[in-house]
Amino acid sequence: MARAADLGRTRGRDARLQRILVTPEGVALDVHVAPASARAAALFIDLGALLGMYIAFVLAMLLIVWTFEWADMPALPESVLGFLAVLFIIGTFLARNAYFLYFELGQRAATWGKRAVGIRVAARDGGRLTAEAVIARNLLRDIELFLPVMFMTSSGLQGSLSEFAAWAGLAWVGSFALFPLLNKDRLRCGDLIAGTWVVQAPKAVLAGLVADGTAQREQVAGLADDRYRFGEAELSVYGEYELQTLEQVLRTANPEAMETVAATICGKIGWPPPIGDERAFLEAYYTQLRARLERGMRFGRRRANKNS
Amino acid sequence: MSEPALHSPGEQAVAAAVLRSDRFRLEREGDWQRLDAMVTAMEKGKLRKLSDDDVMALPVLYRNLLSSLSIARESSLDAGLIAYLESLTLRAYFMVYGTRTSFGGWCRSFFGGGLSRAVRSIWLDLLVALAAMVAGAVLGFWLVDGDTDWYFRLVPSQFSDVRVPGASREALLNTLFGETDGDGLGVFAAYLFSNNAQVAIMAFALGFAFGVPSILLLVYNMVGLGAMLWLFASRGLTVEFIGWLSIHGTTELLAILLAGGAGLHIGRALAFPGQRSHLVALGQAGRTAAQVMAGVVVMLICAGLLEGFGRQLIQSTAIRYGIGYGILALWLAYFFAFRPRQA
Repeated sequence: MARAADLGRTRGRDARLQRILVTPEGVALDVHVAPASARAAALFIDLGALLGMYIAFVLAMLLIVWTFEWADMPALPESVLGFLAVLFIIGTFLARNAYFLYFELGQRAATWGKRAVGIRVAARDGGRLTAEAVIARNLLRDIELFLPVMFMTSSGLQGSLSEFAAWAGLAWVGSFALFPLLNKDRLRCGDLIAGTWVVQAPKAVLAGLVADGTAQREQVAGLADDRYRFGEAELSVYGEYELQTLEQVLRTANPEAMETVAATICGKIGWPPPIGDERAFLEAYYTQLRARLERGMRFGRRRANKNS
Repeated sequence: MSEPALHSPGEQAVAAAVLRSDRFRLEREGDWQRLDAMVTAMEKGKLRKLSDDDVMALPVLYRNLLSSLSIARESSLDAGLIAYLESLTLRAYFMVYGTRTSFGGWCRSFFGGGLSRAVRSIWLDLLVALAAMVAGAVLGFWLVDGDTDWYFRLVPSQFSDVRVPGASREALLNTLFGETDGDGLGVFAAYLFSNNAQVAIMAFALGFAFGVPSILLLVYNMVGLGAMLWLFASRGLTVEFIGWLSIHGTTELLAILLAGGAGLHIGRALAFPGQRSHLVALGQAGRTAAQVMAGVVVMLICAGLLEGFGRQLIQSTAIRYGIGYGILALWLAYFFAFRPRQA
């Protein structure tokens, strides 16, 4: 059985993509392999950014030449044209090879696209992500993606793309693109030879305490702070899963949802619904249920959900 | 089931005010948030902006965070808190254990022995690649020798302007010692570099298919060379042609040899992983080969400069030989004789 405390954490995530990484200190961390959809989204964002930068680069160069022509200057000196040509060739080479390399060598080990969808590159063995690994995984990107795409677009523009070559190119890109779906760690060929994988790097924010007691103190001045006191029988109907669902409801703080949940709990424990005072009621129930379950935890008794 | 002992009014009042696990959290969240801010700064590459106190405290804060996570998992049911700790721990873990040396530090270890070690460790693949290249050149020479029609199929069209079978000795000599102005040389060098580097990257990356395409690419690249060698040899220009080729070719061909060898290294790990699992073997081979490839790119920059400038500006065969083989000797000494003690 999965650890009961996992329930609240792993909801909405594919359990098949969950891995355990044991730090040198011996603490097991949950690592989630990035799903193929996130990888594809990141790639498209990156290609868009790359294309945009490349077009801007080419336009800037053309602009320099045009300005000279407009201003009726004598033709650009050979050396300047030569310099621009060198710049263009080197720029094209860098666009093809350096963008992914540069960003993945950085501290965050993620390109703009990967940052946008919250994933990063990591070493599969849990150790350091070395420069060699990043170089290896990105050199292979050249044949996985750029080579066939450039071959097809250039020969397509020249009109020399035969039907067979087009299908072969598509099959080539397709087989490399589908490769991550055919293994459980979503490895692309480049990841395979570099010993890397792409994992989710969520950036969670520390939210406040779920129930700090203010609702009970403030909301209805005429009532006592401890107006909701639940007995053993009333608290024993739910387990950790329900507790963490309730936590979600309290954090979201949607009045309608709270009303529904409060009514459900009251129905279950046989109390009259606390009309207009749902938040205080739910916070009190949450706090006392959590106190009870955590006390059980300290004695080694855990209860995953209401059915166990 | 009832547990009256645990439900005294006093205990419940404390629980209602602040849960024990919430107290645990309130006591420590300042440290977590301090570490969070540091990790965020490091992720943005602002490591230098951290104060000395922060840097000193990092290992301690990290270890405290790990123990907080372990305790929270066993004593708190606050899912939001645990998700935060999990995420922060993972980020801090990547920072603490993922920190690489600076770019300068990497360069030092790379050029100061890492590259040489990587090249030496793939010696077997280099021999195979060398054999493929020699075989390619011999094959080109032999094919054209048998039937000159082969020449037009083997040599790329950019080289078959006047350099065709039947051309006069003077015409061929002119291609070797042509008059050139200095202007277009930079463009030429850049073009050669970018083109050769892309071929080298391909030779490396195609090694993934058991190395077969890498070998084919090496053979294909050398067949044209063999054919041109036949052409110049047929007019008694062998020595001049090799001089024209050597000034940059020793560097360029060695780089392509290394790239092909790196590709073969990966293909070999895939086909014959030995005692290791395929994944482990591929990972190790890929990282070694990637180091070689970083060296290849550096070599191709040198080759592009030599070819673009050196070959056009230096018109003496003797000096061309001297430069070409002098540099080759330097490369070989660097790769095979340079063995600094491993740090």
